[in-house]
Amino acid sequence: MMTKFLSRNRHAVQRLGFVAITLMAIVTVLPIVGTILFIIYKGGSAISWEFLSGFPHDGMRAGGIFPAIVGTLYLTLGTAVFSVPLGIAAAIYLAEYAKDNQWTRLIRLAIINLAGIPSVVYGLFGLGLFVLFLKFGTSILAASLTLSIMTLPVIISASEEALRTVPQAFRTVSISLGATRWQTIRKIILKEALPGILTGVILGLERAAGETAPILFTGAAFFLPRLPNSPFDATMALPYHLFVISTQVPEMPIQIQYGTALVLLAFVLTMNVIATVIRSRARARRQW
Amino acid sequence: MEKSLSWREFIITRLIQGAGYSAIVFVGLIFFFLLREGLPALGDVDITSLLSVRWYPIEDYFGILPLITGSLIITLGAALIAVPFGIGAAVYISEIAPRWMREILKPLVELLGGLPSVVLGFLGILVLSPYIRVFLNLPTGLTAFTGSLLLGGIAVPTIVSVAEDALDSVPRAYREGAWALGATKWQTIWRVTLPAAKSGVLTAVMLGIGRAIGETMTVMMVTGNAPVLATKLGSIFSPVRTMTATIAAEMGEVANGSAHYHVLFFIGMMLFLISLAVNIIASSVVFRAKKRAERILS
Repeated sequence: MMTKFLSRNRHAVQRLGFVAITLMAIVTVLPIVGTILFIIYKGGSAISWEFLSGFPHDGMRAGGIFPAIVGTLYLTLGTAVFSVPLGIAAAIYLAEYAKDNQWTRLIRLAIINLAGIPSVVYGLFGLGLFVLFLKFGTSILAASLTLSIMTLPVIISASEEALRTVPQAFRTVSISLGATRWQTIRKIILKEALPGILTGVILGLERAAGETAPILFTGAAFFLPRLPNSPFDATMALPYHLFVISTQVPEMPIQIQYGTALVLLAFVLTMNVIATVIRSRARARRQW
Repeated sequence: MEKSLSWREFIITRLIQGAGYSAIVFVGLIFFFLLREGLPALGDVDITSLLSVRWYPIEDYFGILPLITGSLIITLGAALIAVPFGIGAAVYISEIAPRWMREILKPLVELLGGLPSVVLGFLGILVLSPYIRVFLNLPTGLTAFTGSLLLGGIAVPTIVSVAEDALDSVPRAYREGAWALGATKWQTIWRVTLPAAKSGVLTAVMLGIGRAIGETMTVMMVTGNAPVLATKLGSIFSPVRTMTATIAAEMGEVANGSAHYHVLFFIGMMLFLISLAVNIIASSVVFRAKKRAERILS
């Protein structure tokens, strides 16, 4: 009797269930779109040439955010300098050289753990090692190094996955033609895996560009009247600047806050879109 | 020629190997520096006052209990929101959505994962908290609940992408078998696909919760930062302060080497150990499931 009831209604249950799950997916995604449109709507009117190219003045309540934009560029590039070569090399090791043994499993566990460490703990570590122990001071160098270790797991995992999708036949043929292992990797495998690696690198750097907590005590400056001159200077940065003007400065014009949020969002979204486009293009073009 | 080639090969191989092991070195270094700066806290402050309920560093009260309960209550709230929605969205993307929809939703969820937490905190202050204050008739909108809502949003992309991967890797034959026996798609999802992907979904939940505990900027901006011990569930509608927010808010102002400095590193050490535990458990769940799958397939 019960099973009969269930079986007669199971299609109704399915319809109801599908509607519920679809609604949940919509509720999950809608706020993302809403957030982005809202910030574009609110911040759009603040964007002007002076805002993008000027220095802040009147206690940051007027003027532009140029030093913060430049600072975020510096930090992102600084992060790339350290994390890209190291991350790709580590991925090559895992995909091409590593045997399946205890050590390799330990490396994988370490990567998973690096990915899970809270960003503020990276900040503490950067303060302890780079700022105080190695005496780099609060500087672009210390902040970039801290951010690079944080982005490393993203770059390693994405690059390893990209390297692994290159078919084994490519390696066999290259080696059989007399190429060494490294020649094969450099001339064949890396070339084929490049779009995937690039996607991972950009997604990793995107995360670094938007982070605040790791640079709080390693390189971020509240306000600087000039641009940093060397890697040993502290710098303003967009995410930290947004934090400062939305919590630490009383009577801050709302316009500038939304404008800063929009510029940061544009920075991050551009990187995200580039990564997505590279990936989908590579997928469409792939012939193996 | 031959010789220089093999030398270069040797050096490059060693360099790549070194890079491979760097991840272990970094985890070790991070732990070492947290211990080095954090353990002296046990000498500066006695254990009983460290475990007391008063956090007021200016007068040397370093009770970390309210910070721990603050982190717990916010994470619990975030999990209650993010787990059902994250799994629901993952089921939708992997099992129900048509192909074109999937191509739109997956990048969008990834985008949410990439939104800087400071932007979410900023919107939390300006948009979300005034609504919460009015709707719930509270003295302030900067509460644990506000933090939980936003943290839920931050944990969702992690849960969706890992859970979706797990659902995706369930062999198609499982579903086809269920359909052939007359099950509806809905029954197949609940009784076959989800149970088969159980361990992966569990990993997704754990990683999402790990993400929520460690989140800093958003909670610092929207939770009001009151170090009050959360004793009952109603505390979720009052301001709290988390472990992460305390470090972020106070580290900039302490003297290096002071008791306060050491205690903040001590809290960082606790956070490190929590994330270590979460990640080790989550990945061991995956390992076990993989072994079982291999046994089934062989």
